[in-house]
Amino acid sequence: MVTARVTTGVVVRAFGVSVRVAPRTLVVVAVLAALAAVVSVLSMTVGQVSLSPGEVVAALFGGGTPVSEMVVLRLRLPRALTGLLAGAALAVSGALLQSITRNVLGSPDFIGITTGSATGALITIIVLGGGMHQTSLGALVGGLATAAVMYALVLRRGLQGFRFVLVGVGVAALLLAVNYYLITRADIYDAVAAQEWLTGSLNLRTWPQVIAIAVTVALLLPLGALWSRRLTAMEMGDPIAGALGVPLVPTRLVLIGAATGLAAVATAATGPIAFVALAAPQLARAVTRANGPAVLTSALMGAVLLGASDFAVQRIFGTAQLPVGIVTSAVGGLYLAWLLAARWRGRT
Amino acid sequence: MSRLTAENLTLAYDRRVVARDLDVAIPDGSFTVIIGPNACGKSTLLNAFARLLTPTAGQVLLDGRMISGYRSKEVARKLGLLPQSSTAPGGITVGDLVARGRYPHQKLLRQWSAEDEDIVRESMARTGVLDLAHRAVDELSGGQRQRVWLALVLAQQTDILLLDEPTTFLDIAHQFEVLDLCADLNEREGHTLVAVLHDINQACRYATHLIALRPGGVVAAAGRPAEIVDADLIADVFGIQARVIDDPETGTPMIVPVARTRASAPSLA
Ligand SMILES: Nc1ncnc2c1ncn2[C@@H]1O[C@H](COP(=O)(O)OP(=O)(O)OP(=O)(O)O)[C@@H](O)[C@H]1O
Ligand SMILES: [Mg+2]
Repeated sequence: MVTARVTTGVVVRAFGVSVRVAPRTLVVVAVLAALAAVVSVLSMTVGQVSLSPGEVVAALFGGGTPVSEMVVLRLRLPRALTGLLAGAALAVSGALLQSITRNVLGSPDFIGITTGSATGALITIIVLGGGMHQTSLGALVGGLATAAVMYALVLRRGLQGFRFVLVGVGVAALLLAVNYYLITRADIYDAVAAQEWLTGSLNLRTWPQVIAIAVTVALLLPLGALWSRRLTAMEMGDPIAGALGVPLVPTRLVLIGAATGLAAVATAATGPIAFVALAAPQLARAVTRANGPAVLTSALMGAVLLGASDFAVQRIFGTAQLPVGIVTSAVGGLYLAWLLAARWRGRT
Repeated sequence: MSRLTAENLTLAYDRRVVARDLDVAIPDGSFTVIIGPNACGKSTLLNAFARLLTPTAGQVLLDGRMISGYRSKEVARKLGLLPQSSTAPGGITVGDLVARGRYPHQKLLRQWSAEDEDIVRESMARTGVLDLAHRAVDELSGGQRQRVWLALVLAQQTDILLLDEPTTFLDIAHQFEVLDLCADLNEREGHTLVAVLHDINQACRYATHLIALRPGGVVAAAGRPAEIVDADLIADVFGIQARVIDDPETGTPMIVPVARTRASAPSLA
């Protein structure tokens, strides 16, 4: 007797693994991965030495000229990888936080983590007179410290999503004031350096940044992906998720920690880059039509978004080297307005 | 014998105490029904039984062990909960939502088998939502949705089922259908059921063990409905005057509130 399926998705069985996945998600993952590769190769073609995509690929696989290999492997590949990895890290951070807080605005740009990183970086530049690497470290410490303070503030009375967002928005506003104050106190050189850092850029990013983000993503992305099933259950409400056996408090604590780490490390490497953490998870959910945080598709979506933004910056503004943060901020502002307008219409 | 008991339980949210020194035992194989006025702590007690709320004092014992000592999924394989309200994710189909009841039985890499699919189908058939399998949960009526959630809890395949107001949103026919289903699960398959119901007459018909909670989370009486339900208990627990007669169908206690209760009843603060 053949009975019709009652659930959706295809069941993939191989090597002792059996999972039910939506075909649509598989297609989206494949398309996004291909797009990420294409965008990266394209962005490595632009610069003072113009290369064809073929030359870039040849250089990547060790078959280029000495010049093209030098340009690609030493300068452009680290920049491209920083973009892809930072995009992925921010997107996963946003996906986890939005799911935990059940709020679109629960992304690291809004709840103070990115602002805290900026405070750390500004203190390093302006007060301690640190260089690029020290600034990254300062940003990392700033982001983690901010999250720790928020934890402490929110945890005392139970970790509820909405409260986390409210406290986060408050903390962000406070830190923003601190940041402005720091800049007004700085001399002109430090103020320029600070301003440059604050716009978020992939210019001059080298292997140490790549390695820092790569290690973070390699550790925390699998955790987020494996535990995303718990978040998917928690989106039905704490009681049913808890009754299904999801350990609510540890899951929230660990995943907020992971999201903070991802955002702080990415921000430390590139400066604050707006919009990716907010939009990538929403776009990923929209194209996959999946429930839950869609960690993997969000990661790929973030990589593509930041990679494409950086390509656009280099292509349009050429060697003027406009920071990519400006493009993502502009696009992000429009996206946010659209999102709010769509919600507004949906309500009335 | 009781696999599920609460000893000396004090339950509180922040500092607001809902119940103090509560002792409750759920008899094995019983269909236990909890009745009591709004806000007296029925849901809170169920949440404590399901380990969703940590008691400020006292403990819940499951199979003789403190429930806090179990791993989360272990509890979820012994005891299922239908919460008073849950949120269906946007756009999800009925079948996919019910499938989430299999969560505590799934391993990290072995998440879906033909057996899971069969159990999901079976659970949906039992609550009468099989025909809705591919419909979006968003588009269902309140009553249909309630039966979908019930199917999810059945798919969890636990010996003990905690149901918080399983009959809300249901019309009278579906109310009795769900209660009959519960009675079946209890009598034929030996599940232990704990349900919160607001309809006292239904509670008396179906319960093999009735627990009446007074405001302030105090057990006013516990036992077989015929032994404990009388006019005094109803006045004590709900603050209304009612006659208690024999249900002409089943012989169980049936309450008939006196006319104009509103004018004569003490205030229900
Ligand atoms: N999450 C919460 N935080 C704070 N107080 C709560 C919470 N949930 C319930 N309470 C309070 O605890 C008391 C008991 O609530 P509970 O939900 O257990 O009542 P109930 O008996 O299930 O009522 P109902 O019949 O209306 O469902 C109420 O005073 C309620 O306001
Ligand atoms: Mg209740």
